[in-house]
Amino acid sequence: MTAVGTNVKRKDGIGKATGRTKYADDIVFPGMIYGRTIRTTIPCGRITSVRMDFDPAGFTVCDHRDIPAGGKNTVALLVDDQPCLVQADVRHVAEPVVLLAHADREKLLAANVVIDYARLTPVFDPMSSTQMLKEFTIEKGNLKRGFDGAEVIVEGTYRTGHQEHVYIETNGVIAVPEKGGIAVYGSIQCPFYVEKALKVLLGPGRYVRVVQTETGGGFGGKEEYPSMLACHATLLALKANRPVKIIYDRVEDMLATTKRHPSIVRHRTGLKKDGRITAMEIEVVIDGGAYVTLSPVVLSRGGIHAAGPYRCNNTRIHARAMFTNTPPNGAFRGFGAPQTQFAMEVHMERIAEVLGVDPVKLRERNALRPGDTTATGQVLKDDCSALQVLKEAVKRSTYRRKVAKYKGTNRGIGVALFYHGSGFTGSGELKLGSKAAVELTQRGVRLLVSSTEIGQGTRTMHAQIVADAMGISYEDVEVAPIDTSIVPDSGPTVASRTCMVVGKILQRACEELKAKLGGVSPGEYFAKNGPLRVEKQHVPPEWITWDEDLYRGDAYATYAWGCNVAEVEYDSDTFEVRPIRITAVCDIGKAIHPAMATGQIEGGTGQGVGFALIEQVVMKNGAMANSQLTNYTIPTTLDTPEMDIVIMENPFPEGPFGAKGLGELPIDGPAPALVNAIRSLGLDVREVPATPELILAAAGSRQAAERHSDEMTYGAPLAVAASL
Amino acid sequence: MKLTLNGAEVDVEAHPMKRLLDVLREELQLTGTKEACGEGECGACTVLVDGAPVCSCLIPFAQVEDARITTIEGLGEDHPLQHAFMDEVGAQCGICTPGMILSAIVLGDKPSLAQIKEGLAGNLCRCTGYEAIYRAIQKATYGRPPATRRRSLGVRRAGDK
Repeated sequence: MTAVGTNVKRKDGIGKATGRTKYADDIVFPGMIYGRTIRTTIPCGRITSVRMDFDPAGFTVCDHRDIPAGGKNTVALLVDDQPCLVQADVRHVAEPVVLLAHADREKLLAANVVIDYARLTPVFDPMSSTQMLKEFTIEKGNLKRGFDGAEVIVEGTYRTGHQEHVYIETNGVIAVPEKGGIAVYGSIQCPFYVEKALKVLLGPGRYVRVVQTETGGGFGGKEEYPSMLACHATLLALKANRPVKIIYDRVEDMLATTKRHPSIVRHRTGLKKDGRITAMEIEVVIDGGAYVTLSPVVLSRGGIHAAGPYRCNNTRIHARAMFTNTPPNGAFRGFGAPQTQFAMEVHMERIAEVLGVDPVKLRERNALRPGDTTATGQVLKDDCSALQVLKEAVKRSTYRRKVAKYKGTNRGIGVALFYHGSGFTGSGELKLGSKAAVELTQRGVRLLVSSTEIGQGTRTMHAQIVADAMGISYEDVEVAPIDTSIVPDSGPTVASRTCMVVGKILQRACEELKAKLGGVSPGEYFAKNGPLRVEKQHVPPEWITWDEDLYRGDAYATYAWGCNVAEVEYDSDTFEVRPIRITAVCDIGKAIHPAMATGQIEGGTGQGVGFALIEQVVMKNGAMANSQLTNYTIPTTLDTPEMDIVIMENPFPEGPFGAKGLGELPIDGPAPALVNAIRSLGLDVREVPATPELILAAAGSRQAAERHSDEMTYGAPLAVAASL
Repeated sequence: MKLTLNGAEVDVEAHPMKRLLDVLREELQLTGTKEACGEGECGACTVLVDGAPVCSCLIPFAQVEDARITTIEGLGEDHPLQHAFMDEVGAQCGICTPGMILSAIVLGDKPSLAQIKEGLAGNLCRCTGYEAIYRAIQKATYGRPPATRRRSLGVRRAGDK
């Protein structure tokens, strides 16, 4: 019996449903004390003094001077610009300055630290920031020629706001002194990122071990921030020489940790009257916040996906990330692509409105097909399924019948077509050189990866791949604990790469292991010859070429494709839009575990509904003013629409059993599909979250359509669009 | 202070204003009850007090004197809802699962989909979009999700007619 393609029982066991599974906050070490972080309260300036205004008995106190000689005051990631503890210069609210630890949490919380500042003027608007974090340009064909050949030009600007991850388990770690160094246990997506950060913090030669505890959701929010938290707990634990636990409460988690990058995207598109795109000029701006963190790579993915799943011979995409004095924005499921594809898909709807063309036909006419090239010049192969997912979603949702039926009612319907590159961008996978291993056990095989189970089903899915690649039963596959002293570095658990990339390494390792067994079963071989282990490194497909400077070439080994049809009901008294139903059709290459894959699509769609309609981060003076679940709301059962999910399998020949990336794809579509459904009601919305306030403004201006008509010009081509 | 905890009479000493959540997790080591917001918004800390689901982060310990309290541990390890949550992938990361199960258990036999949605409206899940949770509860109480429920796990090859 094969495991791949069937709904085997999750490797998690029953513990999550009995309460037995231990998460970071459930774990207690002997002698453990609690840590707390004292943070800045201004967005920009210099610290002039720090005073401890409490009885120091029993306290461990750390500041930047406690970073060991040979170590570095930074949270190492791409660029070492973010301090572990602020020395003087303050770039955002909630920067860590002082760490406290005490055995008694009430005393810890009551301790008062006074920080005085010399204030400087902060910058909050990325459009007025003069501090560039990163920029690049993607050029294809000849933009001028494209616009010269256009009969119609449509322009528009689209915006998306911050989004908070709201993993239900907040960030938390425990640092435990061990072997003269440190062992860190925590809620972590990328244990080797944390290990690297600790090694830079402590300096060469220090013992460091990182263990992932069962993790209560991540969505990108536990990609980079746990490194900061681990550094803090480590400094306290080394100074106190005791285990130190730091668990953020929800307010601190929302105030201090990363969010989805807000975006402003401007489109200028040249078209023939029949809807064929002749030129696309796109300006992408994202708000990076106060430090580099992962913004350059978020911008890369966002910029590359900005032209959507459409063909156009003459394209220019200019993308930039700007520094502002807000907490750094970071990884969040989709990683820049939900923002830029929101803009593209709402812009497509507006093009359809301007041209008076059917929005589905407009997308069909321009959708990428095998043999077409993307904006980076990547030639798509047979695993391109844009047309198939579009046609299936339109059919499945009975879109056309409903367009007619909803006309003149308070119901609206909208469509969005999208795609998502699987794995790291460009040459990222080559540079990572990820490893995975399999080894014999008495019963079967144990797999060793650093890819974390954060709810999405990593353990189960990898075990399925190993079972079938070895030709053994799924029950005979074990999964090693995620401990950096045990498992090889499989790269981070991000970028929809865990199945397609790491799963493939496992499959290759199994093929080699199986060949070595020479027809004997793993158990028999183990009994006779003892342990045997095979470790393999990722080898990207040899046809991949990528120019990092020019952003030309094969941006991703493959893409997953999706189409959403969203139906909404509008209340003209409260200006609320209620999502009724979302049809999501996704080509993911191969569903290794169909029920878990469906769960990823349903979960990502639900999160996309929140992004589209209700999740609003209110920033005041550079800090999240609604940093609690009372007034930052995520979809409940009553806010989440009925979902109809269809999985399509157009295999990626180089993925394990044909699989492509899946985790991020589903969040690219709901926001534009829902906004397009709102637009079908005659409400000119170009921004998310589309809150009642925003819809009130759209409804209030009855002249909305005319007001924007000056943005469209018929006939003669225009000069190249002004900058934003 | 005396109370009935998971069917057993217990005498617990704790500060009367301590949150029930902390007494359970720290004095009694019942860590299956989770904290995620601390203000009664997310339902991760749901327990049953005299048979009704409540957020244990909002309840001072003094308030449960002589009460009957059921935590996730009180369900044992073989309840049909527990198996259904795992088998139907109603649990992904699992941190909301104990609270979800305790909110679901009071819905009784064969709740309608509307009743399930209303009954779980105080329990947030960020992983599943709730659909698999509905399937799990329906499977546990109906034996399988009812045929009338629209659902699709159908896998199709791209390009199939």
